[in-house]
Amino acid sequence: MNTSIIKEFAAVVGDDNVMASETDRHAYSYDAAVLNSVMPALVVRPENSETLGKTVKLCNDHGLPLTVRGAGTNLSGGTIPHPGGVVVLTNGLNRILEINAEDMYAVVEPGVVTAKFASAVAALGLFYPPDPGSQAVSTLGGNVAENAGGLRGLKYGVTKDYVMGIDFWDVNGNLIKTGSRTVKCVSGYNLTGLMVASEGTLGVFDKIILKIIPPPKAARSMMATFASMQAASETVAAIIAAKIVPATLEIMDNFTIRTVENFRHAGLPTEAAALLLIEVDGHPAQVADEAALVEQICREHGAGELKVARDAAERDAVWQARRDALPALAKLRPTCVLEDATVPRSKIPAMIKVLEDISRRYQLTIGTFGHAGDGNLHPTILTDRRDTKEWQRVEKAIDEIFNRALELGGTLSGEHGIGLAKAKYMVLETNRGTLDYCRRMKSVLDPKGILNPGKIIG
Amino acid sequence: MADLHQLAQMFRELDDQLVSCMRCGMCQAVCPVFAQTGRETDVTRGKLALLDGLAREMLTDAAGVNDKLNRCLLCGTCQANCPSGVRVMDIFLKARAIMTGYFGLSGTKKAIFRGMLANPRLFNALTGMGATFQGLFTKKVDDMLGSSCARFNSPLVGDRHFKTLAATPLHKLVPELDTPAGASGIRVAFFTGCVIDKIFPRVGQAALEVLARKGVGVFLPAQQACCGIPALSSGDQATFDKLVAMNVQWFTAREFDYLLTSCATCTSTIKELWPRMFKGDPALGAAIKELAGRTMDISQFLVDVLGVTEAPAAGGGKVTYHDPCHLKNGLGITAQPRTLIKAAGCAYTEMREAGSCCGCGGSFNVAHYELSKKIGSRKAQNIMDAGADILATSCPACMLHITDMLSHKQAGIKVKHVIELYADSMKNQG
Ligand SMILES: Cc1cc2nc3c(=O)[nH]c(=O)nc-3n(C[C@H](O)[C@H](O)[C@H](O)COP(=O)(O)OP(=O)(O)OC[C@H]3O[C@@H](n4cnc5c(N)ncnc54)[C@H](O)[C@@H]3O)c2cc1C
Ligand code: SF4
Ligand code: SF4
Repeated sequence: MNTSIIKEFAAVVGDDNVMASETDRHAYSYDAAVLNSVMPALVVRPENSETLGKTVKLCNDHGLPLTVRGAGTNLSGGTIPHPGGVVVLTNGLNRILEINAEDMYAVVEPGVVTAKFASAVAALGLFYPPDPGSQAVSTLGGNVAENAGGLRGLKYGVTKDYVMGIDFWDVNGNLIKTGSRTVKCVSGYNLTGLMVASEGTLGVFDKIILKIIPPPKAARSMMATFASMQAASETVAAIIAAKIVPATLEIMDNFTIRTVENFRHAGLPTEAAALLLIEVDGHPAQVADEAALVEQICREHGAGELKVARDAAERDAVWQARRDALPALAKLRPTCVLEDATVPRSKIPAMIKVLEDISRRYQLTIGTFGHAGDGNLHPTILTDRRDTKEWQRVEKAIDEIFNRALELGGTLSGEHGIGLAKAKYMVLETNRGTLDYCRRMKSVLDPKGILNPGKIIG
Repeated sequence: MADLHQLAQMFRELDDQLVSCMRCGMCQAVCPVFAQTGRETDVTRGKLALLDGLAREMLTDAAGVNDKLNRCLLCGTCQANCPSGVRVMDIFLKARAIMTGYFGLSGTKKAIFRGMLANPRLFNALTGMGATFQGLFTKKVDDMLGSSCARFNSPLVGDRHFKTLAATPLHKLVPELDTPAGASGIRVAFFTGCVIDKIFPRVGQAALEVLARKGVGVFLPAQQACCGIPALSSGDQATFDKLVAMNVQWFTAREFDYLLTSCATCTSTIKELWPRMFKGDPALGAAIKELAGRTMDISQFLVDVLGVTEAPAAGGGKVTYHDPCHLKNGLGITAQPRTLIKAAGCAYTEMREAGSCCGCGGSFNVAHYELSKKIGSRKAQNIMDAGADILATSCPACMLHITDMLSHKQAGIKVKHVIELYADSMKNQG
């Protein structure tokens, strides 16, 4: 990039916050998606609201593609920059501006790390439920821009259910204010909603107003084994049909169970074809009732072993098993492709069959676990990207996973976003007209097309 | 100097290990350097991507990559927490060796590693002189000490509040020992380590006292060399190999049950790096493995082997414990040192982030003192917030850096090795 432009950026954010060396640029050329990296021309790190706005405007003035980057943990290529573009880091904008316990909302800058926010909220006796597996590093800006989910999605919803308002910068450097600090707000278009899951393509978040809630008073966790994935998913349906909404309802297939057990040696039932991990929470009396009922339903549906956690340590052990799923699988082969095609809950048994079939036909190792309660499975393909033959089969398998999930009335992505990785499938889930509508909208809001080009709508 | 293509070829040998990084970014949560700078090149994922970039010939600035590679404490926290099980330390050490092969070792480092560390007698003599003429250190000697034995810092650099070289090093106080097993029926060899020998001989003395009181026979060979970590972390494979070979020769001269050290860094180097990173005489392979298998941290030995248990608190100041990275991350030793503190009858209080790095990181401390100080300052604050009167730990290198950091804050908190606390309590019992 020519030095006079670099100087303009430096004048805005300071010399220390402009990185132009080859090594620095290379370190912002990728994210957690299994995709080729692309080096940006420049990396800038604004440290306050005003310089963030000026940075956006400067990019627009020079027609430079701009990719905002939080922790770079998204799994869909959302932060892989456009060639010649600028990466704008948000980790200099990491202040929690307000936690209002009385009105139960918080105002944060976009670079605040999810887990740090959740623990600051918890310290005041309140609760911020969205808990993506990456929360120890992911940023709230990234969570909102991807509409991240987590283990508590079934009962508590996902990030979008907690976003009350967003102030964002448009390409001209105007601060756009949306939403409010009130539970109710109907002033104008729901631009907040438009920003959620926009993956940096429509505006750059400056501040986010998040809803917080009182925490549940009690919780109980349990683990049940089943002789088939079918039986386990029927149990899931039966629990919901009994009008119980567990906070968490996770499933693991036999391959994942065995891998996790190999990894942690925590005494998981390696013979079981499927494992359900369940947590109900709420008022103590309700928790006791619901736990008993869930236990009964599990037994009626042929649960083998059923373990109810009696104390915090046992509860931890249940969730450690779930947290171990990805790390344990990831260690098996060099490349780990984590998908998140999602189907209506009732279609989980069908989707599981599809995955077994795909794994067999393409001779691929696929471990499946995920959020059974909300139909969001994580088929995890274990492979080696350097093995070009196998990699071709992986690509075909991914195509097929998406196609079949859509046939079952599902969606391409439950929580990982579209980014670059799934942009080409968008038309399959929606249609030409929908994509045209989105593109027309973007072309007006971002006439030079600088905001994270190539993502979502291609 | 070889060309870039050749360099790439060498890095390609790391490919099998590099490819296991899935770029998940979870290391951002634990890397102490990243916590200070927020720069991707400072965290594991970024460094691995840079090495990968060199291997694939996507990058041309090898010197730039080398600089970033060195902004690392080699604390192993990322490896201990990596969901994908990436062997980060292996990769970084091998990469440093490749880089050193490519750029050559700096003149000063060459003088130190090859001329001094690899000649323990000369090293002892020179530092002996250094202690005598401490106030007269010339710039040159200063440089040498500052960047030599990773953890070996000169007292005279910048505004460091340093421990000076001990007036009499351990090898002068206790030149050698060869006592038979006593009441315990156990005999150990004692690996002193440079920092204990030359800066904290009192720690070595405490360890030897405790062993004697416990009826443990000790073999302390008259000659010992550096464990090799300073050379290895600067990519000087040849010196590392030489040091390991010398140590193996001297320590296999007698029979004993365990090889003990009271330096976390030496323990982890001997246990983890000697077997994996030694590239010298293959005939030594078996002996190295065998020795590594019998190597133990002193508190682990006392608690796990001799069965030392907690005692009721006997008053005195409150103690808090800092986990040295080299015990916690690689070896998973966190309980035994705490048990030993309690066995000494001390009132114990746990600090926040006890397991996070103090920021010393060997030559990192020298090359990136400001950063090292920032990381250490957070550690010092946590120690102060814990309301402790004494900071105990298991690594003399951590002791050095934390002493510096606490002294900057004028905290008035003593820094001790856990074995000193235990030795004191035994003495008091008579
Ligand atoms: C191990 C692991 C586990 C994961 N588990 C989950 C999970 O359980 N649930 C889940 O939903 N996801 C999960 N993810 C995916 C990922 O962590 C989430 O998508 C997360 O929200 C990304 O946050 P980030 O800060 O890393 O954002 P980044 O990856 O940096 O960015 C994501 C997107 O947000 C945009 N963006 C970031 N900041 C702004 C801003 N200020 N304004 C506008 N746009 C912005 C970026 O341009 C990009 O398009 C996981 C990932 C990993 C590696
Ligand atoms: S945590 Fe491990 S796998 Fe993940 S980015 Fe860091 S080094 Fe790579
Ligand atoms: S070894 Fe320590 S300093 Fe180096 S990258 Fe890993 S966590 Fe960071």
